[in-house]
Amino acid sequence: MATTTMQKNGIDFSVLTVGLFVGVFTLLALMVAAWSPDPLFNIHGWLSLGMSLVAILAICFWAANRKDGKLFDETQYEDTLIKWGVGVSMFWGVVGILVGFVIAMQLTFPSLLYFEEFGFLNFGRLRPLHTSAVIFAFGGNVLLATSFHVVQRTCRTRIAGGMWPWFVFWGYQAFIVLAATGYVMGVTAGREYAEPEWYVDLWLTIVWVAYLLVFLGTIWKRKEPHIYVANWFYLAFIVTIAMLHIVNNLAVPISPLSSQSVSLMAGVQDALTQWWYGHNAVGFFLTAGFLAIMYYYIPKRAERPVFSYRLSIVHFWALIFIYIWAGPHHLHYTALPQWAQTLGMTFSIMLWMPSWGGMINGLMTLSGAWDKLRTDPVIRMMVVSLAFYGMSTFEGPLMSVRAVNSLSHYTDWTIGHVHSGALGWVGFISFGALYCLAQWMWKRDRLYSANMVEWHFWTATIGIVLYICSMWVSGIMEGLMWRAYNEFGFLEYTFVETVEAKHISYIIRSLGGLLYLVGALIMSFNIYMTAKGKTRKGEEDHVHAPTNDGIPARAEAVPAE
Amino acid sequence: MALFDKHALLEKHSMLLTVGILVVVAIGGIIEIAPLFYLSNTIERVNGMRPYTPLELAGREIYVREGCYVCHSQMVRPLRDEVERYGHYSLAAESMYDHPFQWGSKRTGPDLARVGGKYSDEWHMDHMRDPRSVVPESIMPPYTFMVDRPLDFSQVQQTMQAMRLVGVPYTDAMIENAEYDLLAQANPDFYPNSGDYDGALVDRYTEASGREGTVTVRAFDGDAENITEMDAMIAYLQMLGTLVDFETYEADSLQNRR
Repeated sequence: MATTTMQKNGIDFSVLTVGLFVGVFTLLALMVAAWSPDPLFNIHGWLSLGMSLVAILAICFWAANRKDGKLFDETQYEDTLIKWGVGVSMFWGVVGILVGFVIAMQLTFPSLLYFEEFGFLNFGRLRPLHTSAVIFAFGGNVLLATSFHVVQRTCRTRIAGGMWPWFVFWGYQAFIVLAATGYVMGVTAGREYAEPEWYVDLWLTIVWVAYLLVFLGTIWKRKEPHIYVANWFYLAFIVTIAMLHIVNNLAVPISPLSSQSVSLMAGVQDALTQWWYGHNAVGFFLTAGFLAIMYYYIPKRAERPVFSYRLSIVHFWALIFIYIWAGPHHLHYTALPQWAQTLGMTFSIMLWMPSWGGMINGLMTLSGAWDKLRTDPVIRMMVVSLAFYGMSTFEGPLMSVRAVNSLSHYTDWTIGHVHSGALGWVGFISFGALYCLAQWMWKRDRLYSANMVEWHFWTATIGIVLYICSMWVSGIMEGLMWRAYNEFGFLEYTFVETVEAKHISYIIRSLGGLLYLVGALIMSFNIYMTAKGKTRKGEEDHVHAPTNDGIPARAEAVPAE
Repeated sequence: MALFDKHALLEKHSMLLTVGILVVVAIGGIIEIAPLFYLSNTIERVNGMRPYTPLELAGREIYVREGCYVCHSQMVRPLRDEVERYGHYSLAAESMYDHPFQWGSKRTGPDLARVGGKYSDEWHMDHMRDPRSVVPESIMPPYTFMVDRPLDFSQVQQTMQAMRLVGVPYTDAMIENAEYDLLAQANPDFYPNSGDYDGALVDRYTEASGREGTVTVRAFDGDAENITEMDAMIAYLQMLGTLVDFETYEADSLQNRR
């Protein structure tokens, strides 16, 4: 075979194609850097040029150091990539949470934390940085790393595509860097959670298609007859995000050499498209993807099979079918036709069932292993994440009811709801998976310190409780104050009185965020020391945690009943 | 159960699974979004609505650039307290030229859909420069830099062309005169040094609006000589929600009920 001969010569087909791709982008970046009259696009041109050149150098350096001619060893799993994924996820996680803490403090102490000279550090520019950093940079990297890990283990084969998974990984980091620097400079499409401009969107589309092909390619060469349930969820996440991303970001660049674009749709149509995207970024990025994590890491860590195979089938199809309808509940009482609002609300309430079905399937997997909640803080973290998942998927449908929404919409209650899902569910299940990966990928029999996981668990949990309780208080309070009338039939409060009333809640919220940040820092240290192969003094005789050797617990989706 | 056994087919054929997923997730969006392009109350035209003038458009770009939409909504709901606090509830037609829409999702600050005309230009100047100088309890960031930063409008013509491509009815004359129109709106005495300018900014946009008084020409930041970002920003804020005349709009007529 041609590829085999080429591999013997030290050059692999995938390396060639990736190299060619990067080469083309280097040229495009050079053109933008040289010709764009738009100063911001110009900066991004230079930045992209720099990143492309580093990529080319890295590929050359890497290839030169492969003297044995074995570039991609088909008999081995690709674990180096996953180690990178763990490190990068932690990095973006800390950055994203830190920015979140800073903007929470800006709202609490505006006179101290806004600087007239640094307009680019204002809340309006940092908030997209926070949301994108935690959702797409942290969450996205956790999904990349875990999906590459899970698909290899459950298909019992090395990841497909040779160098292409590396392209996906680093291409995704380039997307993050372009998006983040863009926000701070003021390059934005002005759509919540879809702020990157047209050229960054195009780049992500390319990376995402490569991701889909790498993932499917691995499934195609699997050595297991069945595709494991976690992979259904990953596949739904990848396919649906592609659809949402492309449709929601349809735009006309005002010129090929300008960073600015004009969205294809306007007004009502644009609003519903955006929230169809926005809600399903929650549904497929932050839910389906992380449910895939649940379906692999909880059974593995608990060493128990998934509770119910049938429930996982029903849960999967019901969840992905129903979620996509829920977007209009973000637009209650707006100029969107009421029938659409009602559809959105109805399907949101129906979502209770598949959401809780998934939670039950995850929780009941612990059957016969509940004692591990005491002995293994990592599994406790993942189980508590399911509790938060259950709580926020209960709260969500409640808030989607028109009458409740008339109070909760536009208030801090929404912010609290999002964070109970984000910090509790997404954060904790990610932390659990990352702890597992740190131990398994670096082939340790235990983490550096289980006690530090305990500390992480409790600081983060207390942080979440402070966060969501303060937002419930401030959200419901401001909602009630906005609609309060005095005895003469006039509005009781001015708007700014409601702002003033939230000050105490904002202090508590910031404290909650700080605790969560401290937890993430403790975790980063623990993972770093685990990777270095250390064990904390006094914990050498701690119970060995489960390892990842051999065949996965449930590679073929066999009924557990 | 036999039905569950059939699921094995999807578990063994990845493309079947992929296509199955795509079909299942496409249905909801198609049913909810597609009709919005045909239903009369989502594509209605209301008297008074017109495309943004170049200066207002430049202001809107700054509004988007600074992420104002993360704290300010532009969508008044038909609830008693909101209508009393902010003004008439928002119509679908009022955001028909917004690419992208700026309805927002959070009111860390008040709704701005009808802020136009509520405060004086001077108040906006002071408020943008230092929000706490006029509202001591405010938590809004200061936008002092807008006061002096010259407005970069080198791309405004291209933006209008792109907007025409996606359906905003900018005429040839509007696009041709974009830069002069922009300068003329912020300077009542504007007279170009070279080239020919018809000076018909107000006529052009009044005709598009179908209603007198929707275009105002003045030195928005008090300084007619220099066109700053503050000029554009205030021009945009002062026209928000003022295009439709609600004294003639029949909110209670059957087709406008919701």
